[in-house]
Parts: sequence; C-alpha cells; structure tokens
Amino acid sequence: MFSLESITRSIHHWLYGNMTPTLALLSECVIIILLAIALFAALGLVLVLMERKVAAHIQIRLGPNRVGPGGMLQTAADTLKLILKEGLVPDKADKFLFNLAPFLVMMVAMLLLAPIAFAKGFQIWDINIGVLYVSAISSLSVIGVLMAGWASNNKYSLLGAMRSGAQIVSYELSAGLSILTIVVLTGSLQLSEIVASQENGWWLFKGHIPAIISFVIFIIAVTAETNRAPFDLAEAESELTAGFHTEYSGMRFALFFLAEYINIFIVCGIGATLFLGGWMPLHIGHWEGFNHIMDYIPSSVWFFGKTFFLIFLIMWFRWTFPRLRIDQLLNLEWKYLLPISMFNLILVTVIAILGWHF
Amino acid sequence: MYTQTEIIKDTTGIGSEGELVINVGPQHPATHGVLHLVITLNGETIKKIEPHLGYIHRSIEKMCESLNYRQFIYVTSRMDYLSAHINNQACALCVEKGMQIEVPDRAKVIRVLMAELTRIASHELWLGAMAMDLGAFTPFFYTFRERELITDIMEETCGARLTMNYMTPGGVTFDLHEDFQKKVKQFVIQFKEKVTEFEDLVTNNVIFRNRTEGVGIISPADAISYGCSGPVARASGVVSDLRKIAPYDAYDRVEFEEVLDTRGDSFARYIVRVKEMMQSIRIIEQLIDNIPEGDFQAKTKAVLKLPKGEFYSRVETARGELGVYIVSEGGTTPYRIKFRSPGFSNLSALDHMASGSKIGDLMATMGTLDLVIPDIDR
Amino acid sequence: MTNEAIKEFITSAAPTASFDETGEWLNISVEPGSWKDLAHKLRNAELPFDYLFCLTCVDWKTHLTVVYHLSSSKNRQINIVVKSKLDAAKPEIETVCDIWRTAEFLEREVFELFGVVFLNHPDLRRLILTDDFEGFPLRKDFEDPINMIKL
Repeated sequence: MFSLESITRSIHHWLYGNMTPTLALLSECVIIILLAIALFAALGLVLVLMERKVAAHIQIRLGPNRVGPGGMLQTAADTLKLILKEGLVPDKADKFLFNLAPFLVMMVAMLLLAPIAFAKGFQIWDINIGVLYVSAISSLSVIGVLMAGWASNNKYSLLGAMRSGAQIVSYELSAGLSILTIVVLTGSLQLSEIVASQENGWWLFKGHIPAIISFVIFIIAVTAETNRAPFDLAEAESELTAGFHTEYSGMRFALFFLAEYINIFIVCGIGATLFLGGWMPLHIGHWEGFNHIMDYIPSSVWFFGKTFFLIFLIMWFRWTFPRLRIDQLLNLEWKYLLPISMFNLILVTVIAILGWHF
Repeated sequence: MYTQTEIIKDTTGIGSEGELVINVGPQHPATHGVLHLVITLNGETIKKIEPHLGYIHRSIEKMCESLNYRQFIYVTSRMDYLSAHINNQACALCVEKGMQIEVPDRAKVIRVLMAELTRIASHELWLGAMAMDLGAFTPFFYTFRERELITDIMEETCGARLTMNYMTPGGVTFDLHEDFQKKVKQFVIQFKEKVTEFEDLVTNNVIFRNRTEGVGIISPADAISYGCSGPVARASGVVSDLRKIAPYDAYDRVEFEEVLDTRGDSFARYIVRVKEMMQSIRIIEQLIDNIPEGDFQAKTKAVLKLPKGEFYSRVETARGELGVYIVSEGGTTPYRIKFRSPGFSNLSALDHMASGSKIGDLMATMGTLDLVIPDIDR
Repeated sequence: MTNEAIKEFITSAAPTASFDETGEWLNISVEPGSWKDLAHKLRNAELPFDYLFCLTCVDWKTHLTVVYHLSSSKNRQINIVVKSKLDAAKPEIETVCDIWRTAEFLEREVFELFGVVFLNHPDLRRLILTDDFEGFPLRKDFEDPINMIKL
C-alpha cells in the first residue's frame, strides 16, 4: 500500500546513516523548506483555479478555459504576469513597513504549516501543544494586515485594516473556543493524538450535537478570520475598493493573495483534523470489514479530500452570500457566536466528564 | 485644464478633528460610473456626503439646440443609457405634442411593448449591480441571463442592443421583426419561471435583508420635497407613476398596478422594483397578442417645425420621471431644451438618506437609488 | 382646483402676476421680488404645490427667464409653470431651496450654466463645471471656438 510514511522514514534513516547528526538535521530542514515552498506554489495555483472554476460553476459560466487544457494554466500565466509587474510603492508610504507586511503575512501562513499532519506519519513538527500553537500563530496575521493598512498611507487601506483588526481579534475567540471543545473531548493538545483518538469515528459524529455546533461555529469563525466573503470587510470591494491591499501591486500583492489562499487551506486542514479525523479514514465503531476497506484508501487522499471539501464549502459561501456590515459582523460574534460557543464548551465538558460520547 | 482645486483642497487636509474625508469615485467599484462623492467620516459613520458631478457632462442640452427635431432624439439615448428607448419616447412625445401629430395605434402599442422590455432590462441590470454592491456577485450573472434575451429581441428589431434609437416623431422607425411576438412570449415564459431564483438568492437571504431593511429611509414628505420620483418615491408611498397619472401612448388601454410600499427603506425600493418587473410582464402579456394592424408611423413632413411656444412631456423611465421641456421659436431646431432627469433629483436626496449611517449602508442606499451617471450629468 | 381658482389664489398672493393659458398648463409670470413670498404661499396652500419637478432657465438674449414647474403630490394632474424675468446683466432671484429641497441642486446647476445668482442659497458652488471654467455655457452668447462646432 502506498504510504508517505515509509518514504520519509527511509530518507530520515539514510541521512542519519551517512552524515553527522547536525548535517542531517540541516539537510532535513532544507528538504522541508523546499517542500513547503513547493506546496505553497502548488496550492496557490490549484486553489485560485479551483476558486475560479467553482465561482464559474455557481454563476452559470465556464470560467478560465483558454490557457492550457481547460484553463489549467491560467493561474500560472497570472502569476507570471504578477512577477513581471512593477511593484509600486506610494510616495508617502512608510517604505519599510510597506515592504515588510506581505512577507509577515506570508511567514505566518508558513509557520502554521508546521503542525499539520498531511498523512499518516507525514508531519513537519508534531509539537505537543499543536492546537495552542495554531491558535497563537494564526492571530499574528492581523499584525501584517494592520501594518499594510497603516503603511500604505491610504484612507481606504486604513479603514480596511481597522476593520480587519476588529474582525480577526473578535472571531479568534469563537474559533479558539470551538477548537477547545475537541481538546476537551480528546484530552490532548497534540494534533497527532487528536487524529489518533478518532480511529473509531470522527469527532463530528462521536461528539453528539455539541460537536456539530462547534464545527459550524468553527467554519463561520475561520471564514471570518481568513477575511473571506461574507466576512470580507477588510477588502470589501464595493466599499473600500480593495481594503488594506489597495496600494499593493505586482509580487507584493501576489503574496497577500497567496497568503489568503494558504490560510484558507490551513484553517480547513485544521478543521478537517479536529472534526473530520485528519488523515484518518472513515471508521465506524467496530465494523472491522468496513474499516479495513476504508484503510485501503491512502491517508493523504483522506486528508486532502476532507480539506478540499471544507475549502469548497467556504468558496460556496463566498459566491452565495452578500457581505455583512461591520456592526452586524461584530454583533454576530459577540452576541451570538461567543455565548453559544461558551455554553457549548460547558456542555462538552459535561459530556466528556460523564463519558457520554462514543 | 481640469484642475479641481476645490476638491483637492477638500481631500488633502483632513477636515476638523475626528473627521476623515474620503473620495468615493470618480473611479470606484460602487459608483457604477464617474460619480464622485466626497464623504466626511467619523470612524465608520458618515457625517456628510457631497456629490461632485460633471465628469461625464456633455451638455446634451446645448448640443440639442443645434440639432433638428429628428436628430436630437438620438442624442438622448446617451443620457440614461439603460432606458434609452424611454428617453427617445419622451422626446418623440414632446415633438408630437407640439406638432399635434396623431400617432397610429400600432406604433403606440409597439412603443409601450418596447418601453416595458427596456424597463425590465434596466431593472435586471440594477438588481445584479445592487447585489454586487452588497458583496454578492452571483445574482449579476443570473439577471444577465434574462437580460440577454431582451437585448437579443432589441437587436433583432431595432438593430442595436443598448441605444436603440427606435423612435421617430410620429411612430417608430420601422416595423417589428416577424419573430418579435414569438421571442417575447418565450422571454415572458422564461422570466416567470426564473424570477423565483432571485427570490431564493436575494430576497429571502438573511444577510441581504439585514443589510437593506431600515437602511437609507426617506419619509414621504422628504421624498416629495427632494423631488424624488420613480421607484424611490413609490417605496416611500408617494404616488408618482406617470403611466397612471398622465397616461401616454397605449398605457391607457392596459391594466396594471402602481407598486407602492410604505417603508421607504432600501429593501422597500428593492421590492418595488422587483414587483414592477412583474407588472411590466403583465403589460406585455396584455399587448403582445393585440398589436393592431396598420401603419407603424404617421405621415410627417421631412423637415419638422415646431410652432412657437413651450412644450413639456413627461414619461416614466425605469428610474423615474423624465421630463422634456422644449422652448420653440418656430424654427427647425429647439431654442432651448431641458431634460428633467430622475437621477439628478434622486441623487440630491442621498446626503439626507445616508448621513449618520455606516459606509456599508451608503452602498446599499446608493445601490437602491439606481443612479445612472450620464443621466445625472447629461 | 381649477385654473380659475389657482389664478384667484395667486392674484391675492401676488397682485402683479400675469397669466398665460395658451399652453398645456397654466403659466404664471411673477416679478423676481415677489416670487419668494408667492412660493411660500403656494407651498402652504389648501392644495399644496409641494412637488417642484423642474427648475430651469431660458436665455432670451435680452433677459433670462427662470422657469419653475410645480405640481401637487395630492393631485399630480394639476401642474403650474411659474416664470420670472431676470435682468441679463445682473440675474438675481431669491432661492427656494428652503421650500423645496430639490431646488438646492437644481439652483446650483442653473447658477453655473446660466450665471443666475440665487440669493441666500446655503451652498451656491459649482456642481458640474471645473473651477477654472469661464463663461456660462448654456447662454446664447457663449462661444467656445475649440469645442463647439457650428452646424
């Protein structure tokens, strides 16, 4: 059976067998960096194309269909164009912060990649506080957005950045609380253990209604955190032209754009890991035969399948709903989602203590 | 040449303390044209809106002074380009009123049919564009699906899709295409079938309703004082449908209702327009099988001369009341012509409607005002 | 309200007004000085003329005429046209934008295209033309050798 685990293990053994431990560690780092960058590029191309195709399908049109077979190379062509474009810096912008912001946003996205388990035994860094790490790092991206908005010396950007700040900080709370429900159920912060705990069924099914509630809240909160419609107030096109990245062009803009899609991938990956069992195949209790058949599908396919399903869900939102207003957005969080998720957390705690879950 | 010193002065210095002045337009995704609004903000709350016009001012009124009574009609297609046909109708009616030309029945019915198709096309484009202002992109494509059928009908009959130029004093320029009735019937069937999609996608959407209900309210008294007309006035409960008040062409022989709402908010304006489309369909259904035989044009002289005097005709365009005021000195060209455009008066109420609300509300309000900038600037 | 009743009402409000019934609607000519007073009375009449649907100006070379088209929201069939002759050299008339708020924009438009000064207008600035534009483009004596083509 195809498995990424054996490949990583053999590379690991070969490196440590032929080199000094320091050199081996360094070469592993290089390999991981290269893989991460390759994944970023590939994800950027695939997700942008996917978004355009999904949008086109929803909007009864064809979408990109000229460049390459079925428009497959459209995003590659777009990227090439963005690379060749001149990156303008406004005259009175704070040049240092202006240039730093897209890289900061990108770096945050890259850091978030570390604890994600892409397949069985295929994980960059299985840190024992994985969930905490994810919540901590993902809230850093707001700094990049604020930086971009402030440094642009543009009023639209500033308004966009302020909106984004209020939004991300608020929705961080419900996202964190809905993640906590799973932590309570599993009793571990380590992502590999959370995945392992779902061997006899995913938490979405095992955790009764509270798990479903927290899953819904999680999806809403991460849509807001990644600044996607209907919560895309930071870049509300019809109001603020392009919000915090109004003044960005060329490759700097592409980095923001890419970071947005990578962030979507990561939050969906986390969602898939916590609620849908990550790379864990669909197992139902003690149905040995069924479980065994499911095991034949490679774990990476399971992970990417679930993640892309969630991404599709988020894209579906974007092309269906109108945008919220800033006060409605904050009302939704503080008056509805936060109390519900707090109550939900208590409910889950009771369930976990009494062992009512499967 | 085009130094807007005043505007630059407005925008470089930040107003008084706690105020932020931003320019929405002349190039902005939500203004659908070259409208320039200077908005004074306090945080996200709007304190004042000041429109700056003229970016597409072509002085059509002055141009018309040197064009004869057959020519000037076609310039007016470029005013409110979404109801170009109805603009032409207003001009033709004004000339007919002055010359006392009796329009044949067939021409009257054709005019009304075309005007109602234009109205539906205009409202469909508005619906898509407004949804886009609120951040929903998809309805745009759904509305364009039906709008495309109308433009196809227009193309077949008039030879143009947007600026039809189908009117002439005394009737229409040429007879209907033989497929016209069949195609219009097809369109009516499809439209009725698909209109429920908008209901599902837009009307009953919680976010959409939250964004529009209670937003940009204008009271009936204010609507009258600001000279609002069309769906904007009707959403506040002001009776203003000129097709009912002063029926022109064949509107006196069809049954339809003037759609009124009393809430006066953005949602009411939305509902009024959607219901108006259904009323237009009703008018089309009544007339499509009853197009009288006969001439499509009255016999008129080659050179038209209006008698000395003043003539005013008004029609209901998709946006409201369009008035054409011709002052004639008895020559072949108008001495002075004035177009009372619906958008101009509706825009003047924008500051009143949107002050004190959020920027997001401004887009909802502006979207439901259905501003067409060439109509405002002329 | 018939034309006769309107005439009677206006004569009592502005004795100098003259009437012309040849056109479709009743035409009333008033002195610029008595217009504001008449406007107030028309707005607050028994049948209030509260809908100012058109405000424009005609350049008659010797003089300018400001034209107000009024109607009542209670009965839109009744329309009257009020005209006021202004001196071409110094066209001035009282504003009516405190009576009909739509007049604010319409008067600004007439101000810049015809040069009519509306006294006591709260915000009489240019609306359409650029700030450095010279002349009043809709006046008959306006010449622009570059952009105007004589037919």
